Amino acid sequence: MKTTFAMLAALALSPAVAHAGDGRLLATGGVTEVEGSAGGGLVPWAVLAGYGTRDQVGATAFRTRLDLPDYRLDAWGAAFTWHNRVELSVARDRFDLGTLGRAIGLPGAALRQDVTGAKLRLAGDLVYGPWPQLAVGVQRKRLLDFTIPRLVGARRDRGTDVYLAASQVLLGAAGGYNLLWNVTLRSTAANQFGLLGFGGDRGGRRLVGEGSLAVLLDPHVAVGAEYRQKPDHLSFARESRAADLFVAWFPDKHVSLTAAYVTLGPVAGLRDQRGWYLSLQGSL
Amino acid sequence: MQRLATLVALVLLAACAGAPTHEPTLYEQLGGRDGIAAISDHLLDAFARDPLVAPTFDHVDIRRFRRYFADYLCQTADGPCRYTGDPMSEVHRGMHIDEAMFNAVVQDLIIAMDREHIPVRVQNRLLARLAPQRKHIIYR
Repeated sequence: MKTTFAMLAALALSPAVAHAGDGRLLATGGVTEVEGSAGGGLVPWAVLAGYGTRDQVGATAFRTRLDLPDYRLDAWGAAFTWHNRVELSVARDRFDLGTLGRAIGLPGAALRQDVTGAKLRLAGDLVYGPWPQLAVGVQRKRLLDFTIPRLVGARRDRGTDVYLAASQVLLGAAGGYNLLWNVTLRSTAANQFGLLGFGGDRGGRRLVGEGSLAVLLDPHVAVGAEYRQKPDHLSFARESRAADLFVAWFPDKHVSLTAAYVTLGPVAGLRDQRGWYLSLQGSL
Repeated sequence: MQRLATLVALVLLAACAGAPTHEPTLYEQLGGRDGIAAISDHLLDAFARDPLVAPTFDHVDIRRFRRYFADYLCQTADGPCRYTGDPMSEVHRGMHIDEAMFNAVVQDLIIAMDREHIPVRVQNRLLARLAPQRKHIIYR
């Protein structure tokens, strides 16, 4: 993680990023999902971070907060994209245990994980051409606080997600408005994105499906919904799916703001966690 | 009596509304010949202000470009015009237009249509018809 941060910092200061390009169309870099990859808020898409074309590089940084009845999720990180082909990302998730922390006599306790990601665009273009943009990605996750996940039955404190994503904008397809669809297939062992560790008594790795649908009301505003299956590997802390309704605003190619209403389902024995999500992204 | 006349008028209106109405062509939605002329003018203004695009027009006969471009838009939008210029692949040969420059032109076209108050859904209709030409235009 430290090396990755150093690498990204070096890239960010390098002449390459000083000449970062913004040749792609507005909003085509998506926003940043909670694990640091370009996409929606919950689902990594086939798009790569920033606005660089095949001749340019791009970079983004993000900060996200999700307020839930019994918890709070904070996420932040950065991503770098080379020639709209390869995306490298780092993110830190911090899950404040809130109610649960007080219940177990650890007020202020949190679960933290680091995620380093890489994504390769295999083929296609999000907007142009008859085919969707296709990308394959990995997210390497390392949990920094394993005591509680181990107590609830998690097997490991680290894991690797691998996903295949297809994304496409269909011009005018939603009653004249542009429609974006995304489908992501992920192989993962992560409990609650990894915040409750990896694997459990109910199984190890599993294939899960994720999807997003959005309508662009104009080039600056997208409204949509996302759905993400989660493995359910802990008898002691059953989980279901995550989903959201979102509105994202792209005033220009340097900043975006996303608001969403998110449900994570039950988390660590506490029922039905729903709340407001706010995310700010900056692009070079 | 007056009430009856009103009623008859309403029934006639309803009948008109129910009759198969003529679906406006994209050409009409863009404001016809005048609308397309205005969009072409706004587009050239936007090009002139766009540091990425402006240099491309250094040695271009602007009046000629404007006429051909308006004809091209008109024909693309099912209007009563014929584009008589060369195909897109010929026009852009050797210009080395990259992805960024192409998208800059798309953004300038959106600016031009916004200035003409063309609704987003109509803009998308035109962009969807132009988009397939991209492969004939970039990196040539």
